[in-house]
Amino acid sequence: MPSYVLPDKCDGCKALDKTACQYICPNDLMALDKEKMKAFNRDPSLCWECYNCVKICPTQAVEVRGYADFVPLGASATPLRSTDSIMWTVKFRNGNLKRFKFPIRTTQEGVAEPTGGFKTHLDLNSTALSTEPEALGLPAVFTLKGDANA
Amino acid sequence: MPKFETVIVETDLLIVGGGMAACGAAVEAAHWAKANGLKVTLVDKAAIDRSGAVSQGLSAINQYVGLKDGANTIQNYVDYVRNDLMGVTREDLVADIARHVDSSVHLFEKWGLPIWKDEKGAYVHEGRWQLMINGESYKVVVAEAAKNALLKSGVGEIYERVFIVGPLMDGERCAGAIGFSVRENKVYVFKSKATLVAMGGAVHVFKPRSSGEGFGRAWYPPFNTGSSAYFTLKAGAEMTCQEVRFIPVRFKDAYGPVGAWFLLFKARATNAMGGNYMIERKDELLKWGPYARVKPVPANLRNYLGMLDIQEGKGPLNMRTEEAMAAISEQFKGDPKAYAKKLKELESEAWEDFLDMTISQALLWAGTNVQPEQKSSEIAPSEPLFIGSHSGASGAWVSGSEDLQTAETKSQYFWGYSQMSTVKGLFCAGDASGASSHKFSSGSHAEGRIAAKSAIKFVVENNNAPKLDQAVVDAQIVEMLKPLETFEQFQKGTSDPEVNPNYIKPRMFMLRLQKIMDEYAGGVSAQFSTNKPSLERALELLAFLKEDSEKLAAADANELMRCWENIHRMWQAEAHVHTVLFREETRWPGYYFRADTPKLDDEKWHVFANCRCDPKSGKWEVFTRPIIRVFEDKAKTAAV
Repeated sequence: MPSYVLPDKCDGCKALDKTACQYICPNDLMALDKEKMKAFNRDPSLCWECYNCVKICPTQAVEVRGYADFVPLGASATPLRSTDSIMWTVKFRNGNLKRFKFPIRTTQEGVAEPTGGFKTHLDLNSTALSTEPEALGLPAVFTLKGDANA
Repeated sequence: MPKFETVIVETDLLIVGGGMAACGAAVEAAHWAKANGLKVTLVDKAAIDRSGAVSQGLSAINQYVGLKDGANTIQNYVDYVRNDLMGVTREDLVADIARHVDSSVHLFEKWGLPIWKDEKGAYVHEGRWQLMINGESYKVVVAEAAKNALLKSGVGEIYERVFIVGPLMDGERCAGAIGFSVRENKVYVFKSKATLVAMGGAVHVFKPRSSGEGFGRAWYPPFNTGSSAYFTLKAGAEMTCQEVRFIPVRFKDAYGPVGAWFLLFKARATNAMGGNYMIERKDELLKWGPYARVKPVPANLRNYLGMLDIQEGKGPLNMRTEEAMAAISEQFKGDPKAYAKKLKELESEAWEDFLDMTISQALLWAGTNVQPEQKSSEIAPSEPLFIGSHSGASGAWVSGSEDLQTAETKSQYFWGYSQMSTVKGLFCAGDASGASSHKFSSGSHAEGRIAAKSAIKFVVENNNAPKLDQAVVDAQIVEMLKPLETFEQFQKGTSDPEVNPNYIKPRMFMLRLQKIMDEYAGGVSAQFSTNKPSLERALELLAFLKEDSEKLAAADANELMRCWENIHRMWQAEAHVHTVLFREETRWPGYYFRADTPKLDDEKWHVFANCRCDPKSGKWEVFTRPIIRVFEDKAKTAAV
């Protein structure tokens, strides 16, 4: 399809101002049929199968069926993404199942501090970027002219 | 045609794009903007959380120099990049990224990206420069810091789902950008004192191998559409390495990553007869100058040896996963329990490699019941792509940093502001800047930071608003929306809105571009080979295509974006063909082969081939720039 919408599960994100899949698709493929209030992938052949629509859907209404021009039918990969990890269920054509769980982040959502807590400085003319040299873990930034530290 | 409202946004620094380089730029720009009372605006055609090449995630960080641990030096990295690109690289630019990339990686870790650690707490390397990560949310985490930097500090704003069509100019100076919303009937005019372009590389310029649903499964994302190249070309900027396309060899069709299999599991690739082309054809390497004698052998030469096997009918090529797994099991002979544990660990690592960054590959393996310990998997070269951040090198010609110049390089490679193109006020990073390959995700972020600091310095020192000619802007708006107008005017003339003698839809326009490039400029069906007459034929056909671009038609905002994306691709194609035609040698045989000039010619062609399209006349000029080493003399940089 590659990503496709299950009409029974999709409610068009009616509680939101726009559908979640429409919001996230990096290629602007997910669209909303306003009459049916169902989302759909308007051009499956430009789909990268990035799964961002699948991961973000609040009702698990979006799935992916592998590109039919080279993937035999019957397989699926289904993610369940939480705030700190993702669980994958991979179903093989022959019915075999594999499950994997991987961490996705080590901090709470939303709290990323731009400086990373590293010391910043205000010298616009130096070669050091705002959080350097501390963020490099070095006493100074490498230069051809001065004392090399690398 | 619906009426479009024009929104005018005035800002100090405009960041165009939302991927790794743009997010790096946002984080750095916010700090310096706040200190200097300036405003920063970021505009992205998608949603910044999941836009750009890292939108799906990644399973590795490919550039980490490890300076703080003394693992490598800046010069080590420069040597690696120069050799992989067959001697064609700007050492000043590569060194600049290399000296800052580690701090980007350390920031990612603080922001919450899980980087693998060993028992001693050290990063787990996939290869000398590569770190293993649990990277499903890599982009989410990096975007979060960028958003917090711009929005929480009060210095910035972000526009999502606004597609930027091209630059606004005040004479020779870039004065901002013009685009439209793909959600509302709004035209956006961004007026800025400095503009930082980071809109990625270009995919789907060449015809992909898959022609059905799998069309979208390019190795690099289909939403990288040449917008950086178009923007900089239209501003009149000088471009470099437009001939240096990239062809990744990956698992066939789904293009899943091979790095873990080659580097972590030490797998071999062999031809259908079991022959190892890296060994059987090692004499071939001698034809390619000093570059082939260095380890690792340049990516394009490894490609080339495999391509020779395919051309001789020895395909398909296979990644010998079963061999690699057997070799690992051999290490656990007599201890089946430990082996079972190790196998489970490896299996998880192999699948995570796919699930973090190329889920399609997991689907392909599951759909074909692949068990890597039992059976090898096919690998194949993809269609050519434009990606200055990887092993390609295409992008704008930008100024290096002053302190990384020698007496010899300074007059050639430095003009005031790091990462500024030859157009005043126009800065580039990531895939938008050229001749600084192998920056990948982390280096693109670092380069975005370098460019942003430099752009803020430019604004502080040139703090006057550029002037815009309203009549020119109005004409640009009309031109931008013309495909909607064309569609409305003619659509009722035929029974099928897709087929109409008065216009062309963006899909067919793209397919025509891809066919030209595939057949005449060395695409997959031409076995990556081309010659002067073919390239000249490509230019003839591209000229017709360019004329027809004025007849593109769009039914809605989404299609209007597709129209412009394909015009952007066409300009990337033109720059490429002109430059391949100009360089009368074959330097990267595994990226393209000039069959009429089949040899490396270091004497004449160890130079940059740069090009420019005159914005007034529309004429292309292609010319050389010297390659001058920064790190040539080891003694001079002994302290390194």
